Amino acid sequence: MRNIGPILTVVAAIFVLWYAGAVALNASWAYDKAKRANVEITFSEMVADTMQQKKPKLPAPHQVGKEIWKTTGEMVAKGRAFSKRSLIYHSWITLSATLLGFAMGTALGVSLSVGIVYNRTMDMSVMPWVIASQTIPILAIAPMIIVVLNAIGISGLLPKAVISMYLSFFPVVVGMVKGLRSPDHMMVDQMKTWSATKGQEFWKLRLPSSMPFLFPSLKVAMAASLVGAIVGELPTGAVAGLGARLLAGSYYGQTIQIWSALITAAALAAALVAIIGVIQKVVLKRMGMA
Amino acid sequence: MGWVVFGIVTWLLGWRINSYLSHQPRTRFTALAVPVIFGLTIVVLWECAVRGFEINPVLLPAPTAIALKFATSIPTLWQDFVQTVIKGAMSGYILGCGAAFLTALVIDRFPFLRRGLLPVGNFVAALPIIGMAPIMVMWFGFDWQSKAAVVVIMVFFPMLVNTVEGLQATDHMQRDLMRTYGSSYKQTLFKLRLPAAMPFVFNGLKISTTLALIGAIVAEFFGSPIKGMGFRISTEVGRLALDMVWAEIVVAALAGSLFYGGVALLEKSVTFWHPSQRKSR
Repeated sequence: MRNIGPILTVVAAIFVLWYAGAVALNASWAYDKAKRANVEITFSEMVADTMQQKKPKLPAPHQVGKEIWKTTGEMVAKGRAFSKRSLIYHSWITLSATLLGFAMGTALGVSLSVGIVYNRTMDMSVMPWVIASQTIPILAIAPMIIVVLNAIGISGLLPKAVISMYLSFFPVVVGMVKGLRSPDHMMVDQMKTWSATKGQEFWKLRLPSSMPFLFPSLKVAMAASLVGAIVGELPTGAVAGLGARLLAGSYYGQTIQIWSALITAAALAAALVAIIGVIQKVVLKRMGMA
Repeated sequence: MGWVVFGIVTWLLGWRINSYLSHQPRTRFTALAVPVIFGLTIVVLWECAVRGFEINPVLLPAPTAIALKFATSIPTLWQDFVQTVIKGAMSGYILGCGAAFLTALVIDRFPFLRRGLLPVGNFVAALPIIGMAPIMVMWFGFDWQSKAAVVVIMVFFPMLVNTVEGLQATDHMQRDLMRTYGSSYKQTLFKLRLPAAMPFVFNGLKISTTLALIGAIVAEFFGSPIKGMGFRISTEVGRLALDMVWAEIVVAALAGSLFYGGVALLEKSVTFWHPSQRKSR
C-alpha cells in the first residue's frame, strides 16, 4: 500500500498531460472558428473552447466521462440499458464473445498441455509449433475467419469467440506445460513409492502444482481474448460491440465516441483481469500456496 | 476418395516415424526432424482434404493454390511487405523500444517514479491498446506514419516494464562491490547494471516483435493507402480471394518468425553468459 502515493501522482500527471494535450491539439480548430466568425479570441476563451468542441482532435477527459455516463448511467435511468445506443449493450456483445472465446481457449490449452506432458511424440512435434506460432501476427487472419465462418452459415457470437480462442490458448499451453512439469523428481518418485496410478499422479500432484503457473497465463489469455473479440468485430462492418463503436467512430470522425469505447474496453480488461486475480488469491490460499 | 485415404495414410505414417524418432535419444537431428515432419504431414493432409472433399476454394484454398498465388504475385507481396513491415512496424518498433529504454533509465534514477509508474505500466500493458489505432489514423493520416505511431504505443509499455525490472536485477553484493571500486553512477550503469539487465531487455524486445507486426497490420484495417498487408487482407477477403489472403498470411508468418529469430540471435550473442543461453553439459 506504500505505493499508493506515487501511483496517484502518476495518474494525476497523466490527467494533467491529457488536458494539456487537448488544449494543444484542439487550439488550431478553435482559432480557425474564431477567424471565420471574424472575432478575436483571448487565450482563456481559446482554452475554454478546446474543452467543449463537438469533434475535437483529442477530447478532454471530462467530455469522455460525460459521453460514457450518457451512454451507460443515463440509459439505465431511462430504463433502456440494452438499447443499441447504449455502451452497456455494446460492452455485453464484446464481453460475451470474450468470455466464450476465453473458456474455449482455456479448455483447448489445458487439454493440449496435458497431451504434450504425457505424450513424448506430441511434445516433440507440437510444442515447437506452439512456440513458433507466438512469433506470428495471428490477428491478421481475423477477417478471414469471420468471412469464412459466415459463408458456411456460422455468424454472430461464435466467429469472434473463435478468434479469441485462438489468441488465448497459447499462453495457457505454455503456462500449463511449465506448471505440469514443475514437480521435481523427488515428488514424482514419492508418488511412485505410494504406487500411485498415472491418474492419481495427475490429479493429486501435477494438477495442483500447476496452479501458480496457470493463473498468470489466464490473465494474459483474458487480455488477449478481449483484443481478439474487439478486432473480430471490425470486419463485420460495424454492427455491434466495442470494436464496431471504434470503427463507426473512425468513419464519422466521432472522436468522443472512439475514446469512450476505448476507455470502456480498458475498464473491461482491467475488471476481467482483476477478477482472475481475486480467484487466484482465493484458490491459492485454500490450497496453501499463498 | 483416393485423396482422403492417401492423406490419412500419410498422416499415420508421419506419426509413426515421429513416434519412433521421439523415443530415440534426443539429438539435434530428432529435435529438428520431428516438428518438420509433423508440419509437412499437416500440409499434405490439408491438401488431400481440400481435393478429396472438393472444398470450395472460397472457403479453404489448397496449399498448392496458395503457393502458386504466392509465386505469381511476389511484386505485390513485396510492396505490401515494405509498406507494412519495413515502414510501419520497423520504424515504430525502433522508436517505441528506444523511447521506452531511455524512459526506463530515467525512471530508474527516481525511486518515487518507479514505484508509481511500474504498476501503471503493468496495468496499461494488459489493456487493449490496439483500440488506439483509429485515433492514430486520424492524427497522423492514412500512410505508414500512423501505423508506426500505433506500434510505438503498443511496444512502449511492455518494453518499459521489462527494462525497469532488468535494471533491478543486480543484487546488493554486486552493487556494493562496484562502490568499493569507487565507480561512478555511469560506470556502475554501463559495466554492471545494463549488462545484467540485458536478458530482461531482450525479453521485452522479443515480446515487442509480434506486437509491432500486429499493430501495423490491424491499424491498416482502419484506413490505409492502397498497399500494405492489412489493407490487402481486408480487401481480398471482401472479394473472397482467399488464396491471396493466405499468401499475405504466409508473408506475415515469415516476417514475424524472421523478426523474432533476428532478435533472438542478437540476444544469443549479447547475453552469452546467461544460464539460459549456455549449452547444457
